[in-house]
Amino acid sequence: MSTGKAATLDAGVLALAHELRAEGVRVGTAELLDAFAALAEVGWREREDFRGALAATLAKSPEDRRVFDLVFERFFFTAVEAAALREGVREWDGAVEGPADGRAEPLDLEELRAQIAAALADFDEARMRDLARLAVAALARNGAAGAGVVGIDVQRIRRALALRSDPQPEREESDPRHAGLPKEALRRFEEMLRRELERAQIERTGTLPPTRPLGELDRALPSGPAADLAAVHRVVAQLRRRLATQGGELRGAQRRQSIDIRRTMRASLQTGGVPIVIRQRRRRPRRPELYVLCDVSTSVTSASVFFLSVLDALHDSFRRVRSFVFIERVSEVSDIFARERSFAAVSQAISRDAGVADISGYTDYGRVWSEFRAMVEDDLDPRANVIVLGDARTNGRDPRAAEFAALAARARRTLWLNPEPRLYWDYGDSVISAYARYCEVFECWTTRQLEEFVKSLTSAAAR
Amino acid sequence: MDSLPESVTELADGLRAVGYLPESSTALVAYLAVRLDKPILVEGPAGVGKTELAKALASHLGRELVRLQCYEGLDEAKALYEWNYRKQLLRIQAEATGTGWSEVQDDIFGEEFLLARPLLSAISAVSPVVLLIDEIDKTDQEFEAMLLELLSDFQITIPELGRISASSQPVVVLTSNNSRELTEALKRRCLYLWLDYPALEHELAIVRLHAPELAETVARKLVEIVAMVRELDLKKPPSIAESIDWARALLLLGARDIDSETFAQTMSVIVKHRTDLEIVAARVGLAAAEPAHRN
Repeated sequence: MSTGKAATLDAGVLALAHELRAEGVRVGTAELLDAFAALAEVGWREREDFRGALAATLAKSPEDRRVFDLVFERFFFTAVEAAALREGVREWDGAVEGPADGRAEPLDLEELRAQIAAALADFDEARMRDLARLAVAALARNGAAGAGVVGIDVQRIRRALALRSDPQPEREESDPRHAGLPKEALRRFEEMLRRELERAQIERTGTLPPTRPLGELDRALPSGPAADLAAVHRVVAQLRRRLATQGGELRGAQRRQSIDIRRTMRASLQTGGVPIVIRQRRRRPRRPELYVLCDVSTSVTSASVFFLSVLDALHDSFRRVRSFVFIERVSEVSDIFARERSFAAVSQAISRDAGVADISGYTDYGRVWSEFRAMVEDDLDPRANVIVLGDARTNGRDPRAAEFAALAARARRTLWLNPEPRLYWDYGDSVISAYARYCEVFECWTTRQLEEFVKSLTSAAAR
Repeated sequence: MDSLPESVTELADGLRAVGYLPESSTALVAYLAVRLDKPILVEGPAGVGKTELAKALASHLGRELVRLQCYEGLDEAKALYEWNYRKQLLRIQAEATGTGWSEVQDDIFGEEFLLARPLLSAISAVSPVVLLIDEIDKTDQEFEAMLLELLSDFQITIPELGRISASSQPVVVLTSNNSRELTEALKRRCLYLWLDYPALEHELAIVRLHAPELAETVARKLVEIVAMVRELDLKKPPSIAESIDWARALLLLGARDIDSETFAQTMSVIVKHRTDLEIVAARVGLAAAEPAHRN
């Protein structure tokens, strides 16, 4: 290995670290030094060892690990392409490319189909990769693919090749397609097709695709109402444990305490009246009362139910939590949490009971404020916090912001959680800014944002 | 024996020889830890062999295992060292009169009066050891901060004695259930290994290693059922150790197949909550009724 090569490798690892930082993984100099030390120990020609060594030293939590895997794939794929472009390597000068008119078939399509099916049935990765390249070369130029959008092209090629996972009984017994192709192999093959198409695109345009930041959606709140209840449950349990273990440490000005004269005097009796031991007044956490209003229309159900169960799990931190759900009208669900133990049951009960008062299924925020005010006006304590979770999409109805303002004026704090990314706020029928004047609005669509919010809520309560 | 492994495969084979089947990433990280003298931070759900890894490393490397079990409220006196007050007191009394203060003081703060707790004994051991700090996430942040000196420089400072540097480099394994976020400072000093429940084939190999007499078809069905049970929303999903226990239980009972009856009888080996038992009985009981595939 010449020094020149080593320098490019080092620079490559540094660039990877830079991309990781851009995605929010904390990679410090210490981590980088470790990474280089680790790379010196493993053969960096082995892709898996190389990756494993970098992962062990650079990505130090499950979330970071997921980001690392994505970035690693993306980074080393584009690195290879960039190098190829610089060196002017072209791959498609081979015989597989069709004649210039792009009409004629360079290959017998039926033969190609059979070959791919056989490779998939054996899960022979090397052959699959070759065939994927061949298929793209054969089909990309004759109209079967060429939409210019990789995702669409992949599906077109797959259809043109008649690759399906369901059994095709019209085939002969010996044909692997008779019993259907293995799903796993099919998925892998599609991935290879995608890779090949991207490569072809770079080849054509001579530039690299812009690196997109990984979608925040990769780390979003568990979605899909009942899809992954176990996952939701795990997140809630973890959140609860995390919040329980922290908050004890108070910093800076908050640490200052006042002296409890009575207990100090009493302690001084042991030392002959000299107050050697200073007793401080115990800090009593103030536990606020919470009114939680959750939109449960289909667009935000999962976020709402998730949020409600988080609050329920944390109910010891608050004096009283009253939960309401609404779509077109509002109804109280506090007792569901008292009655039902499991998260699944709660979610079911909410989707069942909350639907009762709805006619159209469209959210009507204006009406909800009036009804809610009528329901709680007499109870609403001036120290209570009102939390609203919703996307503020009124479906074109009157937002009645004045009603909301009156409500907010009665409560100590009014907080609004919007489960939509900030980008979509005030877009379409979203009227969030009409309400934002009367309350504090938070963006809340990843577990981390939610955790931050709950944290600020409980620590504010301690003050 | 204390030669360091020369390659990842050598370490993987060694771990296999002492009854621990490592995944490739596990072997790689363990190898790096041994070569670079870095602590390993192992995270993952309960029962995926985090603690076992440390034990296997110890027995493969032929080193003693020093274990520190963490819990809430663990403090320096129990983890690092403590002065043996009784002995110090006896020493002072035995000296009667005539000895100067300074001599006594020099005397009673000597190593003779020091009670070594796991961390101190790990770094002062003559031959290198494997130090296992189990469930670090159970302690508080102050304790974590105290560990930093040990983890990065392998030394401990005792105010009365000065600095005690490690006479031998221990291999340090920290485990965590991820119940709270560990501090960045701690993570920075460690290599990170995330262990998850093993893939089906891997777990099958583990079960077959520990219960070799069990027929392969039964073992395969066993791990399939365990994988299915883990998918459910349970309070405590079954761990690898419990699959092994289950395999052994089936052996003792002489079961040739896991039918619904055997399953109902032995289910309690892998599921240990009353509510979980109900869920599993309802959801998995039926699947177990199909006979195992015979080949």
